[in-house]
Amino acid sequence: MNLVESPHAQDWPKPLKAETRALSFSYGSRLALKNLSIPIAEYQITALIGPSGCGKSTFLRCFNRMHDLYAGNRYEGEILLYPDSRNILAREVDPIEVRMRVAMVFQKPNPFPKSIYENVAYGLRVRGTTDRQLLDEKVEQALRSAALWEEVKDRLLARATSLSGGQQQRLCIARALATDPEMLLLDEPTSALDPMATASIEELLLDLKKRVTILIVTHNMQQAARVSDWTAFMYLGELVEFGLTKQLFTTPSKKQTEDYITGRFG
Amino acid sequence: MAAQSSPHPRPSIGRRKIAEALFKVLGLCSLAIGVGTLVLLFGALLVEGVTRIDWQFLMSFPSRHAAKAGILPAWVGSTLIMLVTAVVGVPLGVAAAIYLEEYARRTWMTELIEVTVTNLAGVPSIIYGLLALGLFVYILGLGENILVAGLTLALLILPVVIVTTREAIRAIPVEIREAAYALGATKWQTVAHHVLPYSAAGILTGIILALSRAIGETAPIVTIGALTFIAFLPPAPITTHPPYVSFDWLLSPFTVMPIQMFGWVSRPGEDFASNAAAAGVLLVGMTLAMNGVAIYLRYRMRKQVTW
Amino acid sequence: MSKSVVAMQEAIRIKKPDAKAEAAARRRARQRRERAIEGGLFVAALISVATTVTIIAVLLSESVGFFRTVPLTDFFTDTLWTPLFADPHYGILPLLAGTLVTSAVGLLVAIPLGTVAAIYLSEFSSPRLREVMKPTLELLGAIPTVVYGYFALIVVTPALQRLWPDLPGFNMLGPGIVIGIMIMPFVISLSEDAMRAVPMVLREGSYAMGATRLQTAWRVVVPAATSGLVAAYVLGISRAVGETMVVAIAAGQNPNLTWNPLEPAATITAYIVQVALGDLPHGSIGYQSIFAAGLVLAVLTFAFNILGHMMRKRFREVY
Repeated sequence: MNLVESPHAQDWPKPLKAETRALSFSYGSRLALKNLSIPIAEYQITALIGPSGCGKSTFLRCFNRMHDLYAGNRYEGEILLYPDSRNILAREVDPIEVRMRVAMVFQKPNPFPKSIYENVAYGLRVRGTTDRQLLDEKVEQALRSAALWEEVKDRLLARATSLSGGQQQRLCIARALATDPEMLLLDEPTSALDPMATASIEELLLDLKKRVTILIVTHNMQQAARVSDWTAFMYLGELVEFGLTKQLFTTPSKKQTEDYITGRFG
Repeated sequence: MAAQSSPHPRPSIGRRKIAEALFKVLGLCSLAIGVGTLVLLFGALLVEGVTRIDWQFLMSFPSRHAAKAGILPAWVGSTLIMLVTAVVGVPLGVAAAIYLEEYARRTWMTELIEVTVTNLAGVPSIIYGLLALGLFVYILGLGENILVAGLTLALLILPVVIVTTREAIRAIPVEIREAAYALGATKWQTVAHHVLPYSAAGILTGIILALSRAIGETAPIVTIGALTFIAFLPPAPITTHPPYVSFDWLLSPFTVMPIQMFGWVSRPGEDFASNAAAAGVLLVGMTLAMNGVAIYLRYRMRKQVTW
Repeated sequence: MSKSVVAMQEAIRIKKPDAKAEAAARRRARQRRERAIEGGLFVAALISVATTVTIIAVLLSESVGFFRTVPLTDFFTDTLWTPLFADPHYGILPLLAGTLVTSAVGLLVAIPLGTVAAIYLSEFSSPRLREVMKPTLELLGAIPTVVYGYFALIVVTPALQRLWPDLPGFNMLGPGIVIGIMIMPFVISLSEDAMRAVPMVLREGSYAMGATRLQTAWRVVVPAATSGLVAAYVLGISRAVGETMVVAIAAGQNPNLTWNPLEPAATITAYIVQVALGDLPHGSIGYQSIFAAGLVLAVLTFAFNILGHMMRKRFREVY
């Protein structure tokens, strides 16, 4: 397997939380991802950037096997999750096990129309936790980690849908954190939010990376530059360039990357 | 269009406005004939029947003397049959809808199921009566009783329950399902914890509509031996001796409200006609009430949608 | 705070030695349960297929017995239907004629009125009127048919008798009209859906050329919605043909080969009800005859339903 494709390969991060090896993905007969090998650094933020339709969300959704929900999707290659080096795309791996290790936050805040408390507790409930005290503890922890606790502690039983957009997205982050995932996937998490709410989410991510590996898709290059440690630039389902964010944004090695980050296309 | 090429557009505009006004009148008249006629007819039914409705009418058995006759066994029968229909038809219909919306892959089998559901929704109800007569009464030998009537109507409402449940389920955005899956929920957990609770009001609406259709059905019940003259009640479902519950009523002969009305309509004589009208008033009242509740529920739901 | 979370994560990750086997067992149990549930739901979904198959099987198997006694040529050419008489005849034509005449009267009422009302609702009415009319029509569609039978026999026929004093108490005109009014809400609702599905840009194009609303409705919207409208009519026909109680109550019980709606005549459905009300021994020719009649009815309505749904589907594909 050829891992050394990027000129920055010698600078690959260590230690790794995950890495894709020759990952391809197709919707029916349409090949959406072509032979991607990308490392994900542990306790760091890796950003995926690229123009609409470049496959960055598709790539992200491979990490918790969301594509398994729809018929006709096919993966090829491997995604290794460390430390156990397990290929989470393997046939015998239950996607539910994968999702228990890798949590996800979506583009549009999608809280359940249940109480704030039940939203956060849901991941634990499907894992069979019934101990009320443990649930209470975990819910509080998760809400604190998502910087939402102070705002909602007095109305945990209120409907989650009554929160503002930014609060809803932080609730979704809390919901994803409550089960102590090893990795957190974020699919353009601020694209539906105003600048204030966006800033608070970005701040939150910088704090969260101390405990969880983050992979984020973003349409906003400033955001990638602000929050991420590593950046992968994708175009038409292929990896154009991967490297340290600082390097990629200041001295891109490919013409295409430079054109994209300087706004000449995309 | 001749109007555009006319050298004198003004009179043409005038003519077209008149045509339009005439059509509006025509449209309103058509609506009025459709709706207004029925309102008139219900008025006639009400005038004829409402004075006949009293405690004695509700609590009496049928009789050869129109003035003494009542609909006690009919409404008891309708209630018990609806119970069987709901207990059998609702879970089956909801389960089938869940399968088709959440589980089924695009295969020829799924296609076949969908085609049969659509077709069954359009099968005349009398055909269900023949099905019940051939299958339940003769092949399975279940007899002509409340159980068979309930099963027949359960099959009849199945397509309605399936179609309305699917619509309700489809209204739940895919993001909600993905959120549940992403947290590690299984398919069934996603359905049971999210899809069903959030679409409950819509499903309930469908169930009420389906049952309101079943309660008014006459034809499929006629073929399985509903009686128009019945002078007893089915055995009570609750008894004084242990085990306190009895299912003997399932095997009892029966009549229902629409059959009772049919029996009275078919009898000559002004008195029986007013009995029929009274039964009609109750029947219409019941279906309108059920549909009203369903329509109201749906209206509330539309206003409350949060996603 | 954050330290304790890290500690906890560590605690969770450091698993007991048997944790792996336990997790595998849990996974197997979960997968078994999921498969069992899916299987159960699939069986429930299969019931509609089973029902359809059973309907066809029951109708066919009893009809086979019937056609062993009755040659097909008699069935389709004999002009008398008297299976229960001492001198039995088995010609379906009189019942078919009754069915067609009552349905035709109904459609003559429902299609023109329904179409005009639907055009009005879709293109002319205020949103408020539409919002009130839609549920009202739905309510009317839910009234039990036996009540419509009462109207036909006790209200509409006596009213018609004032116009035609020789009109018999049982006739096909009264129930036909009532069937028309009865299926009108259904026709309006489907036609209105079809017209509302026509994209706004088509209308705007027409208005921009100076057309009035009526011209737009008539020359743009109706032609664009044709297959949807035809689907509504075809599904309406299927309903009219299968309608049972109205004709059983008000059209008379005697099979009568006539095309005159002023005469009484039994329909296929009315015949089935009439025979079912009596007590026929299983296996007798009379018993079998209702299944043969039912088979004809089922074939008719199946055909109309399939046609109607095909047209509706085609319409949906266009827009």
